[in-house]
Amino acid sequence: MWRAELHQLFRRTIVRVQLVVLFLIPVLLAVAVKLSGGPPAGRGPSFLDQVAGNGVFDALAGLTVCVPFLLPLTVAVVAGDTIAGEASLGTLRYLLVRPAGRVRLLAVKAVTVVVYCGAAALSVAAGGLAAGAALFPMGPVIGLSGTPIPLADGIGRTLLAAVVVGASLLGLAAIGMFVSTLVNSPVGAMVITAGLVVAALIVENVPELAFAHPWVFSHDWLAFGDLLRTPVTWGGIVQDLLLQAGYVAVFGAAAWARFTTRDVLA
Amino acid sequence: MQPPLPDDDQRLTLSATAPAIATEGLTKRFGDVAAVDGVDLCVPAGSVYGFLGPNGSGKTTTIRMLLGLIAPSSGSWSLLGRDMPAASERTLPQVGALVEGPAFYPWLSGWDNLARFDAAGADGQRPTRAGRVDTALGRVGLTAAARKKYRAYSLGMRQRLGLAAALLRPRRLLVLDEPTNGMDPQGTREIRNLVRDLASDGTTVFLSSHLLSEVEQVCTHAGVMSAGRLLAQGTLADLRAAGDTRLRVEVDDPGRALAVLSGLGLDDAGVEGAHVSARLHPGGADAAHCCRELVLGGVSVSMLTTDRPSLEELFVALTGEGFDVAR
Repeated sequence: MWRAELHQLFRRTIVRVQLVVLFLIPVLLAVAVKLSGGPPAGRGPSFLDQVAGNGVFDALAGLTVCVPFLLPLTVAVVAGDTIAGEASLGTLRYLLVRPAGRVRLLAVKAVTVVVYCGAAALSVAAGGLAAGAALFPMGPVIGLSGTPIPLADGIGRTLLAAVVVGASLLGLAAIGMFVSTLVNSPVGAMVITAGLVVAALIVENVPELAFAHPWVFSHDWLAFGDLLRTPVTWGGIVQDLLLQAGYVAVFGAAAWARFTTRDVLA
Repeated sequence: MQPPLPDDDQRLTLSATAPAIATEGLTKRFGDVAAVDGVDLCVPAGSVYGFLGPNGSGKTTTIRMLLGLIAPSSGSWSLLGRDMPAASERTLPQVGALVEGPAFYPWLSGWDNLARFDAAGADGQRPTRAGRVDTALGRVGLTAAARKKYRAYSLGMRQRLGLAAALLRPRRLLVLDEPTNGMDPQGTREIRNLVRDLASDGTTVFLSSHLLSEVEQVCTHAGVMSAGRLLAQGTLADLRAAGDTRLRVEVDDPGRALAVLSGLGLDDAGVEGAHVSARLHPGGADAAHCCRELVLGGVSVSMLTTDRPSLEELFVALTGEGFDVAR
């Protein structure tokens, strides 16, 4: 069933459009840098000032630009659609009568969301590497700690950064799936989930709420940059992944509890 | 000493004769309102059961409970002799359903839609999937439109695709909620024939409908719902017997005929020209006896018929409100 479900996911126009847009963001960044000659050092999103010198940085700059809002927004769309989308089409009742099994259906949907998170982050990295290679020289990557990293290793670390970014989105994805089990309108589920991303941004920007910051799902979303240090500092990334695991456990359990007992009236 | 357990053969016989659907006190409350109130359905295996009721009488809520989509507030039910919802995984693959109209993915073709639902179950093996989908589409006459997007289907084609999904594999029970909704007369007739075919293969068909004539044409059994309660159920013959049967005669002397029939215990008589009609009582004089007495009484009878009550008259008598929304 997961095969059919993945097929279904990547067939949908909205998902394809999202992946293409995510691919194009770093391409746009690269073109802008090329045309303007690059921002002065130290200005613009991190890594952007280094793009002109090394195309690999375009992928990292793209991830940095997409992580705070665009990537989570697309994850909200896909996760919010999982159950509520089936409910609004009415196909949920036929899947359950099939019987697909409620637990199995939820698990299969979760797998597709995980795959989507990875695909979305890798789209950004792929767009960045492609545009960077096309427009700029590619060479050993001068990491944040100043030590050069060989090109192949640098590309590997960039792809790993994309995987980490994808994993960072799983907490939000679990929230989105839980919301999706609560409502019958996919748009409603998407809006609520996207609203939580905005709320998290706000909380992160209120110093008085500093005590809560380590618990916000988006707190360590930029930790992937640590992969460019030599040696790599894993602290932030591990903390981020543990936090995401916590969110997945809590909201996954909530989604399970809700979906397995819910009356399907749609 | 424990009584010996029935051997496997006996058990098979038992489950074959168990009702296809049995409910006991099935109740669903939404807030204070009981949408379904203490319903005891008994749908015999092999029957074609018409589930009748006005809109809002609780038919669809009952069907949703039977299929495990919503949990009853109280009561229990079994499908194909197995207790539900415990046996869902084992039982539902043998149950085809059309609930509250078809629902498919608009961006997929009819064929791809069926393939997707086939894949969604544990028993949807890939190598044989194409065969199942083709057969089901052929059965409802959709082969020519198999590759068209569902979005482009007409209402009748959508309904047919819903039926095809219900027929994706051999079923022992079909639960069809308003199966001819939105279909043209030709399609309606085809569905009726399809239901008859399925029933003659031994499939039990549970058919909810508001089209009484349709139920009258295909069903062997019926149950009547009103305001959440099951008012009556049984074979069509039994249900009709519960209503009045009227004798109608065309005679040369209505006055004398009236006197003869009254003498035989028929009442509620009326005369209209040369036609006399009166109510027959079960267990009293039957039509043949009346005819003989009329002739012996010197009345010339040029025509004699008995009118069984139509299901519609029966329905109105039971619900007392005809076919309006109950609430």
